[in-house]
Amino acid sequence: MLTPEERAEIEAEFPHYPNRKAVCIDAMRIVQKHRGWLSDEALLDIGELLGMSAADLDGVATFYNLLFRRPVGRHVIYLCDSVSCWIMGSERQCSHLSKRLGVAPGETTADGRFTLLPIVCLGACDHAPVMMIDDDTHFDLTPERIDRILERYA
Amino acid sequence: MPEDKPLTGNMRPDGQALDRRAYERAGGYRGLRKALSGMTPAAVTAEVKDSNLRGRGGAGFPTGLKWSFVPEKGPHPRYVVANGDEMEPGTFKDRLLVERDPHQLVEGMILAGYATGADIGYIFLRGEYKLSAQRVARAIAEAYEAGYLGKDILDSGYSFELYLHLSAGRYMCGEETGMLNALEGKRANPRAKPPFPPASGLFGKPTTINNVETLCNVPHIIRNGAAWFRGLSRSKDGGTKLYGASGKVKRPGLWELSMGTPIREILEEHAGGMRDGVRFRGLLPGGASTDFLTDEHLDTPMDFNEVQKAGSRMGTGTMIILDDQTCPVGMVSNLEHFFAQESCGWCTPCWSGLGWVERILCAIEEGRGQPGDLEKLAFQARFWAPGHTFCALAPGAAEPLQSALKYFRADFEQHINEKRCPWK
Repeated sequence: MLTPEERAEIEAEFPHYPNRKAVCIDAMRIVQKHRGWLSDEALLDIGELLGMSAADLDGVATFYNLLFRRPVGRHVIYLCDSVSCWIMGSERQCSHLSKRLGVAPGETTADGRFTLLPIVCLGACDHAPVMMIDDDTHFDLTPERIDRILERYA
Repeated sequence: MPEDKPLTGNMRPDGQALDRRAYERAGGYRGLRKALSGMTPAAVTAEVKDSNLRGRGGAGFPTGLKWSFVPEKGPHPRYVVANGDEMEPGTFKDRLLVERDPHQLVEGMILAGYATGADIGYIFLRGEYKLSAQRVARAIAEAYEAGYLGKDILDSGYSFELYLHLSAGRYMCGEETGMLNALEGKRANPRAKPPFPPASGLFGKPTTINNVETLCNVPHIIRNGAAWFRGLSRSKDGGTKLYGASGKVKRPGLWELSMGTPIREILEEHAGGMRDGVRFRGLLPGGASTDFLTDEHLDTPMDFNEVQKAGSRMGTGTMIILDDQTCPVGMVSNLEHFFAQESCGWCTPCWSGLGWVERILCAIEEGRGQPGDLEKLAFQARFWAPGHTFCALAPGAAEPLQSALKYFRADFEQHINEKRCPWK
């Protein structure tokens, strides 16, 4: 069941589109914001409101980088692996993060605190290497800066 | 207004966005008032045509001409979409425009809507641009409050609704028909063309799609006139351009300069030249999907025609610099990995070929290259030519690959012959 809050946020998008199906990406973003990821149950809940099958929603969800069909940690680290960051040493930052967190890219730490994901160019190439954690972008990364930044996320 | 930098000259030095009043004090919404009080939609389109504004998303299509493709009589509602997906690697220009002066984009959208008879606009922003999203949402709300959006704008009889759509993330969303599918709540595969969006676009209705930087130029063109806009440029294409540089230059950054500023001037005067201890080897002039240029091209003016004559494309105008301490094979491998990952999987030359190329490049970089690999790579790059696939992803992926094989062939051969990467 969608919570009243999830439902209200999704319904607020209805007037922006001529049909409910078009709202599905917004709807999945909204539910993911509340639940962390999109379980099969979440897709069934959304599908009921929008008149879509969970299979249709799954087809859409799996296309997009920012919709998660598996659980993630409390914080998601998106480390840019595109060209400008690569030139500026993002592979070293990635090894540092992996070592420090004890996970490979794509994995979640045992305590459920962080999920480490590679992401395409974050559009801040003059401050490469760059990563996002949740909604915040962090620039000009070095191993020392990364260590300090991680401390802010409990 | 600082006349030589219409797009960025009014931005606040503290990094905050201009709110509605500050934007108005800088001349904002005067173009809209002028258009709605005395210009027909056709006159607005004619002014934009006359300004020689070409699309800033990378393809350089003349904006006024694009608008003129929307039939005057036809079904409603009609749509205008701002392409703010900005997922081209190495590109960071639209972020600045939406974060720092969101009303400029809103005004450009309303003018594009008026010119094409549109009823509804969507600003399509990539999902990672959280700050941009907050600021655009706020600007839209302020514009509604001031009567610049909604019913009967400024008592003109023209009505326009504007919504923000945040993407869930995929490079294909930046392709215009992929973007339309994403807005319809589908996977962002490209569509077969024709029909083209001006005839049948979003929800099957006439639709115009323009890049954020393109739209941000429109209020200035309408307010100051086409001749003024052409005069900003050092070339045939009108206006200024946001140029950027990333990689091992002294001052990576973004600068609004006259269209047609030579590459060397951007690199040396604005980016400060190469960092100490590294030397320039080449550059991608405008994102991942443009051909490498080298030393011999540094005096090329950065505009659509001149960069094309040099064998590449200006693309987004944000240059990625390759230095002599960075492996060109590794760089191309990184680029093709991106394209392989972001391919939507619809066209076989793209999904199959990119996977193959990615594996060959990875093998060469890791010292497992084979004789004949370079011929296979060149074959794939030719196979991705325009017309073999529904969209420009594969042709774009071919550009850095084919040009790297041309300019850095000896480096590829050295990897294969020595069975190792000389940079590792």
